[in-house]
Amino acid sequence: MSTSRLPRLLGLLALLAVACALPFALSNFRLFQFSQVYIYAIAILGLNMLTGYNGQFSLGHGAFYAVGAYVSAIMMDRWNVAYGWTIPVAGVLCLIIGFLFGLPALRLEGLYLALATFSLALAVPQILKYFEHWTGGSQGIVLTKPSAPFGLRLTPDQWLYFVTLAVLVLLFWLGANLLKGRVGRAIVAIRDNHIAAEAMGIDTALYKSLVFGVSAAYTGVAGALSASVIAFVAPDSFNVFLSVTLLIGSVIGGLASISGAVFGALFIQFVPNWAQDISKAAPWAIFGIFLIAFMYLMPFGIAGGIRRLWIRVAGAPVQGEGRGVSSPAHTTTRMEESS
Amino acid sequence: MRRCGHLFTIALALAAAVLGPVPVGAQTTVGVSATEIKIGNTNPYSGPASAYGTIGKAIGAYFKKVNDEGGVNGRKINYISYDDGYSPPKTVEMVRKLVEQDQVAALFQTLGTPPNSAIHKYVNQQKVPHLFVATGATKWNDSQNFPWTMGFQPNYQTEGRVYAAHLLKNHPSAKIGILYQNDDYGKDYLKGFEDGLGEAGRKMIVLKQSYEVTDPTIDSQIVNLKNSGATVFFNVTIPKFAVQAIKKTHDIGWKPVHYLNNVSSSLATVLKPAGLEASKDLITALYMKEVTDPQWRNDKGFTEWVAFMKKYYPEGALDDQSNAYGYNAAILMVQVLKQCGNDLSRENIMRQAANLKNVELPLLLPGVKVNTSPTDFAPIEQEQLAKFNGEKWEVFGELFDAFRKH
Amino acid sequence: MDILIQQIVSGLATGGIYASLALALVMIYQATDVVNFAQGELAMFATYVCWTLLGAGMPYWAAFLSTLVIAFAGGVVIERVIIRPVENAPILSIVMVTLGLLVICNSLAGWIWTYVQKPFPSPFSSTPFKVGNIVFGAHDLGQIQVTLLVLLCIYLFFRFTPLGLAMRAAAHNPVSSRLVGIRVGWMLALGWGLASVFGAVAGMMVAPVLTLEPNLMGGVQIYAFAAATLGGFTSPGGAVLGGFIVGVVENLVGTYVSFIGTELKFTVALAMIIVVLLVKPTGLFGSTVVKRV
Repeated sequence: MSTSRLPRLLGLLALLAVACALPFALSNFRLFQFSQVYIYAIAILGLNMLTGYNGQFSLGHGAFYAVGAYVSAIMMDRWNVAYGWTIPVAGVLCLIIGFLFGLPALRLEGLYLALATFSLALAVPQILKYFEHWTGGSQGIVLTKPSAPFGLRLTPDQWLYFVTLAVLVLLFWLGANLLKGRVGRAIVAIRDNHIAAEAMGIDTALYKSLVFGVSAAYTGVAGALSASVIAFVAPDSFNVFLSVTLLIGSVIGGLASISGAVFGALFIQFVPNWAQDISKAAPWAIFGIFLIAFMYLMPFGIAGGIRRLWIRVAGAPVQGEGRGVSSPAHTTTRMEESS
Repeated sequence: MRRCGHLFTIALALAAAVLGPVPVGAQTTVGVSATEIKIGNTNPYSGPASAYGTIGKAIGAYFKKVNDEGGVNGRKINYISYDDGYSPPKTVEMVRKLVEQDQVAALFQTLGTPPNSAIHKYVNQQKVPHLFVATGATKWNDSQNFPWTMGFQPNYQTEGRVYAAHLLKNHPSAKIGILYQNDDYGKDYLKGFEDGLGEAGRKMIVLKQSYEVTDPTIDSQIVNLKNSGATVFFNVTIPKFAVQAIKKTHDIGWKPVHYLNNVSSSLATVLKPAGLEASKDLITALYMKEVTDPQWRNDKGFTEWVAFMKKYYPEGALDDQSNAYGYNAAILMVQVLKQCGNDLSRENIMRQAANLKNVELPLLLPGVKVNTSPTDFAPIEQEQLAKFNGEKWEVFGELFDAFRKH
Repeated sequence: MDILIQQIVSGLATGGIYASLALALVMIYQATDVVNFAQGELAMFATYVCWTLLGAGMPYWAAFLSTLVIAFAGGVVIERVIIRPVENAPILSIVMVTLGLLVICNSLAGWIWTYVQKPFPSPFSSTPFKVGNIVFGAHDLGQIQVTLLVLLCIYLFFRFTPLGLAMRAAAHNPVSSRLVGIRVGWMLALGWGLASVFGAVAGMMVAPVLTLEPNLMGGVQIYAFAAATLGGFTSPGGAVLGGFIVGVVENLVGTYVSFIGTELKFTVALAMIIVVLLVKPTGLFGSTVVKRV
């Protein structure tokens, strides 16, 4: 085991080195885009944990992203809290909210959970507008972009790039540890065969709610980071398209996959821009075509596609993270057919 | 095994980085060369506000016409317009792309209040002319704090005041019912209206009802308004809902004094579908010639616009007021560029934009002129009340000039 | 009292709109086990086709029926060509494909017909009729009648025709169905075709009220989900009833509960979805799914 871990570790370190070097090679605008990619990657990893590893559909993660962003914005704008502190606060708050949402969600599966979370996502803009006194209503809240501390000679974009990168690395490391250990196995077991997992003594209720909470926390942190990077929050930024986009990123990247979160983030950040370059007239039609094409060619996402390619090329057995995608309710119905 | 995946990531990242070249400096005037001027724009070509995307296209078509006729002072306009889907984070990204990557000389007609709010600070910090923003919000007329941002159309609050002034004069003891869209646009109208009514006047409001853009119908709100006993109806709705509001009001036999916001004053898209009979006696404030109004059929400005649409923007609808709006705005932009002569620096573009004197645009109402100065960043401030007589909008009264009322 | 009745009547009218699209959603779910997120957009597209036919001079009912035929064909083609490759993929992949379809339809409609809203004619008269002080829109009544008619057709089809039985079998147990000789693939295509037809009917009934534009079904779709959830995704009758309930409750809460007022009307609909899901996930009339372990 240890012999194959060293090259992997070296690979990751090399990647990290390149990522740290980028701010000195790219323009501020590109760094801004990459910061967005990292933020999306964190949010998508959160969604992956819930939907990919644990099989609970969520079409409402935009809601947690919005909560994180607004918590951060309100703290910075009203109470003059430094942006750094708003991030863990947003994370903890979303952890609690996610856990609380996860409890009743225990009773729902597949389609019904998707609908419940979809409703949550849809309700968010209206609720944000309603509590105008706190949220600034439809006008939103304008924020100041934080600049580098300690007089470091970095532009705000470079500094924020490092901040988002650091949070990404930290959360991905934590996530990997969580998902590869006992907890991860329990979560996957619950996804694959709920009843067997129960029978084996896993407290499914606790784990499922916890995963919901952690997943929401990740997405909330991403939202909080976005408040600083964009320096503006408004209800229009958090409509249902956001939730759908995160889900798209998650599926395209590869649902039960940590690296998939990064691929998915790259997809949702850059492909709409490419679609615009291809067709001014109907760019979203192009995006839709890309989406469908991806699903045909790589139904298990980019990460899944790479894994399969590797199997074919190297003939090596797969030491993947989770298995590919499966969904609880429908797996059982489809499995029923063969019984 | 995972290395393969990671290398892929690196490759992708580098590819994306390479696709965006680091801007080559060495241009003395940003966005300008001997042969071209770069003008940047964001518009919602997709998403919930995509109906307004036609403005961006109409503008592009007009610039093409100008280029075909030789350009401005020998330079062609290179118009770069990106889709922001009415989503502020996307607007920030696209505007940064325009400013930092495409290096445009100026931003023009960026659309929407939240999108513009998101980039307001940034463009002023970067000192990029942010001209003729396509929103009716009031905050763009602040030459002191935001010297690079300038509005365009008469703002919603001004329009609200116009109605309030008329109401106080003609129906001083009315009971007022209001229907408004629950967002910055609706609330801006509401504020102007309430401010115009004043403390005492505000007491005349008996019921306010709001709706969301996602609501399928507003029948329920109309029923409530009628039942509140209101004798005046201030209707702040977008075309889709204005049709419903006018129709339902007529159907349930409610006959209030009906003020309709300018946004929904189109004959073809609102009044006809609602019913010309039902639309009789509607009052609105106009600053543009309404393109489906038969009274302009032989007007020079109108016929020129139709010819332009047919040649340069044939897919654009001839009954969409947005296309007339975009056309007017583009003409104004070209006027600014002409006034710049050979000095197309950002400072001079801004200076000329703040130096428009009595400019007439072909589709503005007769008498309405564009005026700006270093302390007046509201180009169009005149409006005129009009009443619908069953066939067309008949202007009445005098031209209301918000500038003089300051 | 008058206000109450008028609001209920308005609520029924709006609810009729939700019910008609909810029927299409339920239809597809019953036939294929998939929630088609693109249902609203396909309905909108079909309505535009009808608009084009009307513009070319066809009389209303001829255009209406032609559109139904085109919608049916379209639905079948979409299922066979676009959905077929991912039929056996994980459920989320199919959801992704329907999302892709949604986006494509919306974008194409905007490109072909522009985003300017277009008036769409109603086959019913435009004079409202009054009973005492209560006003009933003629179109609203007509629309409700059409929705109920469609519901009746669905019921008869599934209950009393061999084809309907075959479709239900194919959805519940594809393997056994194949053994009995049912061509499962074509049953799925048929399901999509029929759902498209109902969607088209919904679109053509709704467009006169909401005015035709590419975002016609955007708001309606969510309410249709609420209706289907309330009534039960496995029960067409439930979905229709759900639609009416959502419409009426929404109006009454908006009028009488002042802290919600009209600002949170939408949230009320969503809260209803969540409450129903928590209390009885399969809806008021849905059948509980029993899973074999």
